[in-house]
Amino acid sequence: MSGDQDENPSGPHLPLEPRPGHSSRGRLERILRRGEFAVTAELNPPDSANPADVYDRARIFDGWVDGINAVDASGANCHMSSVGICALLTRMGYAPIMQISCRDRNRIAIQGDVLGSAAMGVANILCLTGDGVQAGDQPGAKPVFDLDSMSLLETIRTMRDDRRFLSGRKLTTPPEVFLGAAINPFAPPYDFRPLRLGKKIAAGAQFVQSQYCFDVPMFRTYMQRVRDLGHTENCFILCGVGPLASARTARWIRANVPGIHIPDPVIARLEGAADQKREGKRLAIDIINEVKEIPGVSGIHVMAYRQEEYVAEIVDESGVLKGRRPWQREAGRDEERIARRLDEILHAETPQTQADLVKTAHR
Amino acid sequence: MSEARPASTTAPGASAAPQRLPPEATGGVTQATMVKKSAPKTDYRPSDVSPQRRMQRRYTVRLWSVRHSRFLEWFYARFADAFLLLHPVWKKIGYGRVEAPVKFVEKRVKGFLFDCRMCGQCILSSTGMSCPMNCPKQLRNGPCGGVRANGNCEVEPDMPCVWVKAWEGSRNMVKGDAILAVQKPVDQSLRETSAWLRVTARAAAERESAGAGR
Repeated sequence: MSGDQDENPSGPHLPLEPRPGHSSRGRLERILRRGEFAVTAELNPPDSANPADVYDRARIFDGWVDGINAVDASGANCHMSSVGICALLTRMGYAPIMQISCRDRNRIAIQGDVLGSAAMGVANILCLTGDGVQAGDQPGAKPVFDLDSMSLLETIRTMRDDRRFLSGRKLTTPPEVFLGAAINPFAPPYDFRPLRLGKKIAAGAQFVQSQYCFDVPMFRTYMQRVRDLGHTENCFILCGVGPLASARTARWIRANVPGIHIPDPVIARLEGAADQKREGKRLAIDIINEVKEIPGVSGIHVMAYRQEEYVAEIVDESGVLKGRRPWQREAGRDEERIARRLDEILHAETPQTQADLVKTAHR
Repeated sequence: MSEARPASTTAPGASAAPQRLPPEATGGVTQATMVKKSAPKTDYRPSDVSPQRRMQRRYTVRLWSVRHSRFLEWFYARFADAFLLLHPVWKKIGYGRVEAPVKFVEKRVKGFLFDCRMCGQCILSSTGMSCPMNCPKQLRNGPCGGVRANGNCEVEPDMPCVWVKAWEGSRNMVKGDAILAVQKPVDQSLRETSAWLRVTARAAAERESAGAGR
């Protein structure tokens, strides 16, 4: 069983040991490198300061996904930060894929966040350029774009492999992360897109998640080209899929969300259905069944915005997991220490006074 | 067919020359100095100031404006009234259509007097006629903690702090206490638009609603 392979031999409560040739300790990398079909999903970030909101939203993915994307203000709309979500998810033993967008932070902030998140146990980071601020809820914000997705990949790869910041200053412990990027095969210039993926791989991308795929023939052509270039050997490609709630939503997305391509037959199919929501889900499953057969596709990335409850059904009915049960609790490397500290706090018999502490401070 | 292979700039062997890394800073030297020192040697070494200062090196006129803030305050009040009187004209031609010529004049006049950056939401009257967008941190609510003992800027050691000047300027003005009001963050989407037209249109709308309420 796959589950047993992804467990510390000395006990499931212990963190995973690094594998030779792996750049992270995470399960997502293990699954992809083993050649199993991976499933990732996107968590809808809450507009609240309540940790329970994140836990509840992650819980519906339990047992269905290998990684949970923590989005970084996608669409330039303000939500709980991806760092914050990842802090909560790692605390609960989930395997988050932390998205970093270059829109809101410069290289100083980003490199700091990479170290912080890796310390919290984030094993996967997805590098994005980010949507423009004009698209979001706060168009008056200053767009940063100090780095772009490509230079961000290279920055983190430098931190991980060369153990240094961009400036050259050394790191004592490098961030062990599996690096991801995004691809959009459905936007022009179509003939440049496969080469751009090559650039991302050269910059450090080890896996990529694609934009929503509604046009399978187009994706197939793209994949053919990507295979010809030999990129599938250096990078795992996860195809983005998701249910459309209705033909009206589909039209709205097509008109208002940059970069999402929805062909007319898809909208016609939704329109013709009695239950459009159900048909949208069916459509997502059909697309998954088609793309999983395309050589070079290593998994799917399910983006079911505000329909997260359907992720389990979609994954189940498409049968991509082939009976594999992903997710088990992933232990953090600092968990033992935290437990010891908690034990100290709860069970210390004679609490030390400050006077004692001063005496022992310099010993 | 040979494919153009993308090259990585940090991968080993990517660049012919080995990358020179700045050594760790030791006592008495900051890391920033080390980084600067280890930069590759070249014949062309531009002056070590911010890009804005490279664009524009003098600020004599800006300082003159601050010294004459009282006069400029008086002048602007008349000017704004005149602009408001012309509101029917602007409206007739269309604000959208007059924007280009007005902006052309506004940019040059305010650019000359205040080194205006066309943030589109002018608050010169609240900042002693010292444009806060000239502050390297673009602070709009007062000086940062880094002002040097001689009143110069932390980032640009040879430039007087914009906010030191703003405080001086505001003390000359009749409504100088507007400097005490808390300013909202800059709406970046309004950059390169006309503040004059915006203020006029808003004042006209206020006047109308006041007239209707009477």
